[in-house]
Amino acid sequence: MNPNYYIALAGILFTIGALGVLIRRNAIIVFMSVEMMLNAANLAFVAAARETGTLDGQVAAFFVMVVAAAEVVVGLAIIVTIFRSRRSASIDEPSLLKY
Amino acid sequence: MNNTFEYAALAPVVILLSAGVISMLIEAFAPRDTRRALELTLVFATLAVAFAYVGINMAKEIPGGAPLNGGQSHGIRQLAAGGAAAIDGPGLFLQGTLLLVAFVAALLLAERGIDPQGDAFAARASTLPGSEDERQFTAQGWFQTEIWPLFLFSVGGMLLFVIANDFLTMFVALEVLSLPLYLLAGMARRRRLLSQEAALKYFVLGAFSSAFFLFGSALIYAVTGALDFSTINASLGNVTQDGLVLAGVGLIAVGLLFKVGAVPFHQWTPDVYQGSPTPITAFMAAATKIAAFGAMFRVFYVAFSGMRWDWRPMMWVIAILSMLIGSVIAVTQTDIKRMLAFSSVAHTGFILLGLIATSGHGLSATLFYLFAYGFTTLGSFAIVSLVRDASGEATHLSQWAGLGKKSPVVATVFAFFLLALAGIPLTSGFTAKFAIFTAAIEGGATPLVIVAVVASAIAAFFYARVIVLMFFTEPPVDGPSVVVPSSLTSAAIAISAVITLILGVFPQPILDAVANAGLFVR
Repeated sequence: MNPNYYIALAGILFTIGALGVLIRRNAIIVFMSVEMMLNAANLAFVAAARETGTLDGQVAAFFVMVVAAAEVVVGLAIIVTIFRSRRSASIDEPSLLKY
Repeated sequence: MNNTFEYAALAPVVILLSAGVISMLIEAFAPRDTRRALELTLVFATLAVAFAYVGINMAKEIPGGAPLNGGQSHGIRQLAAGGAAAIDGPGLFLQGTLLLVAFVAALLLAERGIDPQGDAFAARASTLPGSEDERQFTAQGWFQTEIWPLFLFSVGGMLLFVIANDFLTMFVALEVLSLPLYLLAGMARRRRLLSQEAALKYFVLGAFSSAFFLFGSALIYAVTGALDFSTINASLGNVTQDGLVLAGVGLIAVGLLFKVGAVPFHQWTPDVYQGSPTPITAFMAAATKIAAFGAMFRVFYVAFSGMRWDWRPMMWVIAILSMLIGSVIAVTQTDIKRMLAFSSVAHTGFILLGLIATSGHGLSATLFYLFAYGFTTLGSFAIVSLVRDASGEATHLSQWAGLGKKSPVVATVFAFFLLALAGIPLTSGFTAKFAIFTAAIEGGATPLVIVAVVASAIAAFFYARVIVLMFFTEPPVDGPSVVVPSSLTSAAIAISAVITLILGVFPQPILDAVANAGLFVR
């Protein structure tokens, strides 16, 4: 099995995630898209670890999972606070900050 | 590969992160009324001890580095923790700078004399803005001392960020420094909806950009099979998959350029600077920029130095865009915090000149610039927090009219910081710009320097406009008042002003220090 396919798949997943962040308007969905981008990177790391025969990529995948979990904690805290004060999880609605 | 962990070399990071943990324990177990005293003692003691350790590491004699001015080399130059961190002159200088900046920022965070209700942070960040809960917590005089563990973790992440020598460590450090800042941005006492909005925007865009950084490192790893910078640099010379390498470098650059706030990745800067509590804005504007540029220089000078002909054109475009767009849009701003935010975008462009120079002089000029810029920024935001009306800070420019007549001292000091940001002689800004422009010309980027001078001229216009507004217009009838702060903020402003002045009049000691810092260890 050619590991390059996995890298390509990771690229596709990453693009879908990036598009999700840019297009979707619900904060939770945007957040899930970011997580998908991180997991795309994980897939690329693991596939590349297999291809190059080094362990760094697998270790990296574990670290990324931990960091992603920490990001969930902080991100959900912020989104829930916004939701409680505005009764909406839309990314577009908070728009007080502009000139 | 050795399996030792060089505690002495990594001490500043370890100290800061352990202090963060202790500080969390204080939040959990200490009685409410003793927390502030405990936290403040811990924070200032930690910063002082960590700074002392940086000094010890700088004074150690480890040969191997050749300083630029031909003098004797100082300081540790070694890879630590199995190559995950690189302790060297620039890294130590940046750590020292970050700790000093954090010290001054901590003075601003600790201030309780400006707002009649207490400090700059919400009594309980979890209460709904405008709710009965919020009123009660505020009336009972509750304080959110949880800012201190967040602050300590953030500083610890920054100290690690500037010495990280592989992409994994760098990513973890990036998150450790960013996550607490996302939260701190949303904890303002006044205008809480704005503050929460700033936190949301900062978080979404920050997470988005760190995903870019991570995917870029995954691609580079796929090509080279390594995460540490020197191996990557060695193996990038003989790879065939150019497309993957370029994509990887581009994605990593996006992640880092976002953190420094360069055009076209600057969109978050004005919103987050405006919405965050002003002490946090000061800390983030100064320290994040220093840390992110430190990391960026290490990535591009060590890992990607062999392919500088590929990334330099990209950086040219971004530097030009940052300088021009930052300066031009700043002219149109009516909010003082937003204006300073766009000015920081323009400064990002200037600092990128040092990166494009790709030389030892470019590096040392940048170190000097970051040092000077950090304190000027801290000082100017500290003054922004002093001008207030009944609803909180008065940040609209029209409210600053005639400030020089009401409070000549504050207006004069602010004018001095603005002149330093504009780069007028006898301030640190002039020395810094001069050094970085010289390095850029040596590096063959003369057209860029011409653009930079034009951008400086545009920028001088809006700095001068604020000065004219403060001194040569009549104050509005119901205008804001200038609060006399406690000794904490006064000390912060005084330290910033003195450093800004000394670096303009007598910059030689710091210029020597950055020249002695030498190059990155590989």
